[in-house]
Amino acid sequence: MTMPAQTIALPPRVVPRRRSRFRLGDVPIFPLFIIGAITFIAIFANQLAPHNPEIGVLAHRFRPPFWQTGGSTQYLLGTDQLGRDVLSRLIFGARISMIVGFTAVIVAGFIGTVLGIASGYLGGWVDQIVMRLTDAWLALPALTFAIFLAAIVGPSMWNIVIILGAVYWTRYARVIRGEVLSLKEREFVRLAIVAGCSRWTIMLRHILPNVLNTAIVLATLMLGVVIVAEASLSFLGVGVPPPKPAWGLMLADGKQGLMVGYWWLTVFPGVCIMLMVLAANLLGDWLRVKLDPQLRQL
Amino acid sequence: MASERPLLELQNLSTHYVSAQGSRVVRAVDEVSLSIGPGETLGIVGESGSGKSTLALTILRILPPAARIVSGKMLFEGEDLLDKSEEEMRRVRGKRIAMILQDPMASLNPLFTIGDQVGEPIRVHEGASRRSAWRRARDLLKAVRIPSPETRVTQYPHEMSGGMRQRIVGAIGISCEPRLLIADEPTTSLDLTIQAQYLNLLAELQREHHLALIFITHNLGIVAKMCDQLAVMYAGRVVESGPVSQIFNNPVHPYTEALLNSIPRMTDSRERLTAIEGQPPDLSALPPGCSFAPRCPQAFRRCLEEAPPQSAPGDGRTARCWLAAPSSETRDSGQVRLVVGSGAI
Amino acid sequence: MKQYIIRRAGYALLSLFLLSLTIFFFVRVTGDPAALLAEPGASPDDIAAIHHQFGLDRPLWVQYWIFMSSLFRGDLGQSFYYQTPVMSLYLSRLPNSLQLAAVAMAFSLLIGIPSGILAAVRVGRFWDSAGKLFALLGLSMPSFWIGLLLILLFSVYLGWLPSSGAGTPLHLIMPAFALGWYFAAAHMRLTRSSMLEVLGSEYIKLARIKGLPESLVIAKHAFKNALIPVLTLAGINLVLMINVAVVVETVFAWPGIGRLLYEGITFRDFPLVQGVVILGGAMIVFVNLAVDVVYAVIDPRIRLER
Repeated sequence: MTMPAQTIALPPRVVPRRRSRFRLGDVPIFPLFIIGAITFIAIFANQLAPHNPEIGVLAHRFRPPFWQTGGSTQYLLGTDQLGRDVLSRLIFGARISMIVGFTAVIVAGFIGTVLGIASGYLGGWVDQIVMRLTDAWLALPALTFAIFLAAIVGPSMWNIVIILGAVYWTRYARVIRGEVLSLKEREFVRLAIVAGCSRWTIMLRHILPNVLNTAIVLATLMLGVVIVAEASLSFLGVGVPPPKPAWGLMLADGKQGLMVGYWWLTVFPGVCIMLMVLAANLLGDWLRVKLDPQLRQL
Repeated sequence: MASERPLLELQNLSTHYVSAQGSRVVRAVDEVSLSIGPGETLGIVGESGSGKSTLALTILRILPPAARIVSGKMLFEGEDLLDKSEEEMRRVRGKRIAMILQDPMASLNPLFTIGDQVGEPIRVHEGASRRSAWRRARDLLKAVRIPSPETRVTQYPHEMSGGMRQRIVGAIGISCEPRLLIADEPTTSLDLTIQAQYLNLLAELQREHHLALIFITHNLGIVAKMCDQLAVMYAGRVVESGPVSQIFNNPVHPYTEALLNSIPRMTDSRERLTAIEGQPPDLSALPPGCSFAPRCPQAFRRCLEEAPPQSAPGDGRTARCWLAAPSSETRDSGQVRLVVGSGAI
Repeated sequence: MKQYIIRRAGYALLSLFLLSLTIFFFVRVTGDPAALLAEPGASPDDIAAIHHQFGLDRPLWVQYWIFMSSLFRGDLGQSFYYQTPVMSLYLSRLPNSLQLAAVAMAFSLLIGIPSGILAAVRVGRFWDSAGKLFALLGLSMPSFWIGLLLILLFSVYLGWLPSSGAGTPLHLIMPAFALGWYFAAAHMRLTRSSMLEVLGSEYIKLARIKGLPESLVIAKHAFKNALIPVLTLAGINLVLMINVAVVVETVFAWPGIGRLLYEGITFRDFPLVQGVVILGGAMIVFVNLAVDVVYAVIDPRIRLER
């Protein structure tokens, strides 16, 4: 390959892949609506919730939803064992789910992407270390691992975020590494090397933007997983600690009333979790098809 | 033409692919008429996209859901195959009309033994027991000249070489003694050294079993070697057909002429290969006149405006070209030589 | 095939090693090992004894050696709550979990595979849309919630099934269903796409050209080939299932290792937690190896590899 006479001005970001055009009819309205609604509720929880989610009136415990006898419009969806309003708890629970879910996904994504790029591009001993780490991590099932870590460091909301991030980064790292390995062979990377870019510049300005698609799809797919994981941890008592109204925690509390038929304590939090996960899954599927059909095997 | 009743006769057969919304129609096979007599060999030649493979699948009525046979007749031993129910057609496939596909590795199921796959049509069509089908499979492997058939019969496809696999596919084809065998590019994925052997095998099998053979290929050399009759396809239509020697010596349609010229010959003094200019047309948006006109070195105005009908210049030949039509129809439309260029540029 | 199995076994050993390293690392480095390994309410003497027993003031590699040698002996410590060795506790509960997982996995395959095939064969029509809906719901509903809903319906309202414990097949139905539902949806999805891919392949075309009846084409030629990726996924999912089993066993008070883990964390019984995690991880490694072996037997391309 002959060296050019003058320096090549590389475009700031080379995108070798075709971007699909956005057509209005394709937009997945349902999941976006759900996620948008939950985000809105989470942000404006203080304004939207009719009662304090953490302090209840004991005399009003176990009230059913308003359409059943014994219920009232004061507590639209009923109250729990401490007299706390279920609706308000659900609303503030949205905030917790969003924070934990998004942050954990971002943390896992960040670690995973960084290590994936480093491992894929730099190769050698960096690659070996990262690969052995992911192997070690994957020898343990994620939830069990998370429980184990929570047992060691003690539960709190931010601990959970870190734990979930620490458990799930391996999913990212593996996939991103694979992408990087194939990107390494492409023309524009070789051009950059020939033009004398440092390894860091290449990784940052050329490789990173191209794996961003994959990272985004992975993040959406992981969102559902993380939310269920957080709910499971909270349900088991090692997640977000009381009296915070995490949905998983509400389900754990609700179990007490289950045997006597206080169904609203179980059904409503679960529906919220399900909607959130459903929206994340649908969005993830749509993104996966839209951004890169090659990711279909994920 | 055969003096006896033709074994297979296609009359004005058309197969179209319709897109899901119904907006795009691809005329993959367009008004095709052909015939082949018992024991004869017919070659069907064309570029990729000419419709030859779709034609083969149409005869067997194994088409993807988007395809429709919109018109025409397929007379096999006098019966119209289009009138048959799916169950009746199933009994024709493999038993009376068989087919060999192009890629032998992909055609064989990797999880089942050779014996199982070769004996399968015999079990299904003739109700043979497992044991007798197994024995017949062994004999069939011997008939296609595979060494040590007793061991081969218990092996799996991935343990065989490409040439052997194609022979096995051939064995499957003749297993129920069909009258007609359609071979869709059977040598394309084989090494050159094995191709000749395989063609010889097919010719032998044909003689021994009095098979009619339809040979679909893009290779005129094979046609010259194997076939009595030839049909040249372009953009879904048969543009020329007839006895091989006649067409080779005296092609009527410019496309056929161009195909023959593009074969490099040892005696050629020219330095460059002759290619046919331009690209094959988009089958969903065919031009109104002759589909070959945009690339045709002998085209004139009428060719662009009106599609030529099938004419019969004699000696059992047909041609779809204004040049072959009776003189009164062509001369007065003005023979303006058009500049050859690809319509896309 | 032998070489393949040997390779897989070697890989399994490596995984076990890495697993022990990971556990060890996390306890020693991120937690406060003395506090964890000592019973609640331990006196300073007890804590000193713990320090001595586990060598907590000695160099890390010595600690690791102590750790590994006790692992090899099968000594995973003693549960505070139960006052019995963790190993024997684990082994006594293990059969229950295996029973639950087996039934749940069988359920997920029995529902998932046929519905996936049906959806693929009737692609674009009613059964396909129904299948897609089922898959979507199944993948979005957390299993423990399904468990809770089942209890609500079948124990509280209908009174047909017992809500907790084990002992009779009736006890098994709801936990297995709750556990298997998610996987039924996942298996259905994969069966469908795998089947669709297989149905488009050349050997299926040839099978039809041979004149085989469509039922034979699907049941014999397509099925076995389509099944391979699904079984691989099922094997991987066994691991995930054991994960999820923790919450399901807790909901139904099913006496398996998942519930044991829950008890461990609820009662702050760290040796129990650590032991269950290590053994759980080890079991998964063995399960993966077993799946690899089964896989090798089914697919002749691997079986005959030299």
